[in-house]
Amino acid sequence: MNGAPRRVWGLVYRHLALYRRSWPRLLELMYWPVLQMLVWGFVTAYLAGVQQNTATVAAGVLLGGVLLWEVALRSQMGFALSFLEEVWSRNLGHIFVSPLRPGELVAGLITMATLRMLIGVLPAVGLAWLLYGFGLFGLGPVVVLFFAALMLMGWAVALGVTAMILRHGAGAEPLAWSVLFGLTPFACVFYPMATLPQPLQWVAQAIPAAHVFEGMRAALLEGRVDGWHLAAAFLLDALWLALLGRVFMAQFEAARRSGALMNIGE
Amino acid sequence: MQSAAIQAEGLTKRYGETTAVESLSFTLPRGATWGLLGGNGAGKTTTIAMLLGLLVPSAGRVSVLGHDMARDRFAALARMNFSSPYVALPHRLTVAENLRVYAHLYGVRGTEARIAELAAALQMEEILHRPAGQLSAGQKTRVALAKALVNRPELLLLDEPTASLDPDTGDWVRTWLENYRAESGCAILLASHNMAEVERLCGHVLMMKRGRLVDQGSPADLVARFGRDNLEDVFLDIARDRRVEA
Repeated sequence: MNGAPRRVWGLVYRHLALYRRSWPRLLELMYWPVLQMLVWGFVTAYLAGVQQNTATVAAGVLLGGVLLWEVALRSQMGFALSFLEEVWSRNLGHIFVSPLRPGELVAGLITMATLRMLIGVLPAVGLAWLLYGFGLFGLGPVVVLFFAALMLMGWAVALGVTAMILRHGAGAEPLAWSVLFGLTPFACVFYPMATLPQPLQWVAQAIPAAHVFEGMRAALLEGRVDGWHLAAAFLLDALWLALLGRVFMAQFEAARRSGALMNIGE
Repeated sequence: MQSAAIQAEGLTKRYGETTAVESLSFTLPRGATWGLLGGNGAGKTTTIAMLLGLLVPSAGRVSVLGHDMARDRFAALARMNFSSPYVALPHRLTVAENLRVYAHLYGVRGTEARIAELAAALQMEEILHRPAGQLSAGQKTRVALAKALVNRPELLLLDEPTASLDPDTGDWVRTWLENYRAESGCAILLASHNMAEVERLCGHVLMMKRGRLVDQGSPADLVARFGRDNLEDVFLDIARDRRVEA
């Protein structure tokens, strides 16, 4: 292996070495997805007792929503927090003067985001099946597309967050944890898009996750693959990735002009 | 003809109304060790950042090992390296893991052999598997040097390489650098506040003040021209505007 793949592997290896000797970090990756799944699992168990006819449907919609939303959350956080690890360890000065290209930096962060997401979400998916009998992958191969669309959205948001960190330094760090939570109401994780007031529906239309969850409900409630919503999700992902990728690159170059790369952690 | 290690022409950096570096021009030949001197705020760090491509100049151009840093900086970056006590390596990774990361980033062939070679040369065998954050200042300096040498650079930028080291360790590092330059032919640009170090290592010195190159020459030449006993007195004369041209 040489050239760009080797440089990307160098960045990934740096993070894998960190996790290899830190089991609390590994545990932390699984903690929130599992906790969320447990809370919502008990909520659905309670609903099963109250509304017997719709219990199975409600359980599927709620647990499916929780688990899939974690895919977007963990993808976004995995990317942004891997970048912040470099900031916190004051290592960016070395990274940015190595031959690693900005695109390769992004590829390395995406690889880490994917690994962190899988480590965090798959145990929760397994537990949902063990504890509540909800098999997310029972929805069929379309789940892989749901995962892909939500990962792409997570990376796009993370590119925007990282651009803000490049611009504002440590002051923008909280965005790495909070920004996607702010989008939750418009992502229509637990309810149909039609539930929102009309102006907010327009906002939701622009969010890939809202289309993924429409697709998930179609698969769960009607047993069909909603091609239109899936296509809309991927198209929006492509648009957001292109837009926020440009913002990231523009901010990277602006940071090279302003000197922000020299003292980004301060 | 072989290109210079560094060729800077009219290098300027402005932040709004403030000029950090103004019209800096110099040519560092291959295989030479030059010093970059100046008080705090003289523009040394800004200059090094521009030479590394970390900072885009407001005006002027830099060519490193024949590569224009504005258009082709990654080709140059693969052939150079940098060390500074103010830029850390990940503390939780062991020394060997840190060196492995940079060997991958720089595309070094025979990674493990190179790490073993550096560990032997810099007396790091015993600390290779210790986390970087648990090392003493002297050990960290050796690891930082190993990182800077991992790709066998043709140009080395060193920012205060012996800062915070005891005299014995500082002397060891200086001797090591002298030997390394002689063996490898690597060009070195050294920013330091230690005048004795600069007199010992550098064949030529660039004196900066308030972002401008105010004087240059060999340490002996500068000492003679200023009628002083050592480079430290020359530095103080320049810093305090006491210069009287002989």
